[in-house]
Amino acid sequence: MSNLLEIDSLVTSFSTKKGMVDAVRGVTLRVKKGKTTVILGESGSGKSVMLRSILRLTQRGSNVAGSVRLEGEDLLGKSPKEMVAIRGNRVAMIFQDALSALDPLYRVGDQLKETIRAHHKVGRREAKDRVIELFRKVGIPSPEERVHAYPHEMSGGMRQRAVIAMALGCRPDLLLADEPTTALDVTIQAQILRLFKELQAEFGMSIVLVTHDIGVAAEMADEVAVMYAGKIVEYGSAEEVLTRPMHPYTAGLIAATPQSKQTGRLSTIPGQPPLITEMPPGCAFAQRCPYAESRCTESVPDYVSAGRSQQAACFQLAGRERYAQ
Amino acid sequence: MEHILEVTDVSKTFSLRGMFGQSKGGVSAVNGVSFTLKSKGTLGIVGESGCGKSTLARLIMRLIEPDQGQVRYKNEDLLKLGGSDLKKMRKRIQMVFQNPYSSLNPKLTILDNVAFPLWANGTGRAAASTQAYRYLDAVGLPKSYAAKYPHHLSGGQRQRVAIARALVLEPDIVIADEAVSALDKSVQAQVLNLFQDLKKEFDLSLIFISHDLHVVEYMSDDVMVMYLGGVVEKGPKEEVFANPRNPYTQALLKSVPSVDLAVRKAPETELLKGDLPSPLNPPSGCRFRTRCMFAEARCAQNVPALVEVGEGHHTACLLVHEGMAAVQNL
Repeated sequence: MSNLLEIDSLVTSFSTKKGMVDAVRGVTLRVKKGKTTVILGESGSGKSVMLRSILRLTQRGSNVAGSVRLEGEDLLGKSPKEMVAIRGNRVAMIFQDALSALDPLYRVGDQLKETIRAHHKVGRREAKDRVIELFRKVGIPSPEERVHAYPHEMSGGMRQRAVIAMALGCRPDLLLADEPTTALDVTIQAQILRLFKELQAEFGMSIVLVTHDIGVAAEMADEVAVMYAGKIVEYGSAEEVLTRPMHPYTAGLIAATPQSKQTGRLSTIPGQPPLITEMPPGCAFAQRCPYAESRCTESVPDYVSAGRSQQAACFQLAGRERYAQ
Repeated sequence: MEHILEVTDVSKTFSLRGMFGQSKGGVSAVNGVSFTLKSKGTLGIVGESGCGKSTLARLIMRLIEPDQGQVRYKNEDLLKLGGSDLKKMRKRIQMVFQNPYSSLNPKLTILDNVAFPLWANGTGRAAASTQAYRYLDAVGLPKSYAAKYPHHLSGGQRQRVAIARALVLEPDIVIADEAVSALDKSVQAQVLNLFQDLKKEFDLSLIFISHDLHVVEYMSDDVMVMYLGGVVEKGPKEEVFANPRNPYTQALLKSVPSVDLAVRKAPETELLKGDLPSPLNPPSGCRFRTRCMFAEARCAQNVPALVEVGEGHHTACLLVHEGMAAVQNL
């Protein structure tokens, strides 16, 4: 299967009082056509920055190095003008907070029309018809009336649907979603996740979904990439990563999450992730890792492959069974 | 098992006022909620945002005054107490809030944050500090942290401080309102274990409020499910989670994404449709009827009472009470 997006050695750094700090420290990732890749990680792991770096949406003063290729075209070498033609058109992005993604002073329908007309030569009438059609697709009831609503007149779930409609306005090849359901209640989350799947089946787009929720990852992912301290520590098919984790961090994270009918003590990962300003040499997880040896704190482990597509960055993977729960 | 807290028919409606102070109706936030907390037990309260679970916690603490009802703690009605009696009783019930970034005083050291409730209750500085050290130790924070300030600490550590502060007055009951929701999963597990340990060590009864069903299932002995201000189902956790009877509870449980890949939702699984109705104008009769796939005309007319459907297992649904097969077989 061919790759839609190829990210190689992506490094995103921010200038701070303490000098340049790397939030993403060398990420290599392949996103397959028509598939969903989930980036799983905790707060501060660099998952959101990584996602924004793809569209070069990181804040001013930041630096994105490496390469990001969309169907072979290098996005990092594009001029700002060329990027504008790509954002919202071939690659669309959805953020966690739908309320701040919409302008409170404009009708939601008008904001969608703006996106469509920015990228395609269509008249007002036709743009409006398209918006109504999109609203219907994402399951907004009575779309003919809803196009005239302001963001505050919609519920949280409805707003997220509107934002998804906006992202789909130009039929993107790639949809980037940053915690799209985290602010929503579980019953609404279930609706939105299903909507993603239905739309993917219809339009055949690739989705990169960032989440901290293993349940969401299990529900959605074809492929999973687990991020820790700015790096992908484990990658593979959802089945491989979530049922037979190789990396001690992935295994620890899954074991620490209470599941249905959980009894006994929860297993925990001691301590907390390192600060990006004080990144230790060697493996960033070594301080918290139950299997760490001296070499783990000295040098950075390479990726070790196992299974069909699974790979993880850990020195100890010769005895990989031991990390299984 | 004896009950340490008995809450009976507590309600609260917040009145809304317009720009010029005229009344614009009310938000029915908590509507006739009753429950009991077993001594040394854990009651989990689950529900989606806006279901009134946090308001309920604040009503018990009297941080908000209820419109009606009774909160009996050791045979005294907390809602009737005033002045020094209330202050004395309040020490027995303490609360841990969701956001450890805003619930700690940034200008006090960690030690003083924990000692503050003791000062407020008239303990001398030296004695308060000794006590505070004891509880910092109990929540697993090293002594070296005592002189630090909240901004030096991570979220998980701050939540430990908030827990130490809740325990320092030696309460019987701790109410944890989304106490682990802001934490990352790897840290959340540490804090959940801490709650379990402290509960044993200090003989606490716990009210554990969360929107995360797995966390509530893991922590609780009894569970209460709320929807739009009312209780729709309550009972022993094994009963409620394994054999949910209310259509809302069933839908809620089905909505949670499972970690298990084998139970990935099939596209034909029925999901709950629509959004939560506005609490400004809740549906008549059963408040869940607008989203319920079994709703019938009479659901709009009568408010279903909580009726026992199993041992200690209560549910509020007219159709379940009438033994409707479809609801049971779901």
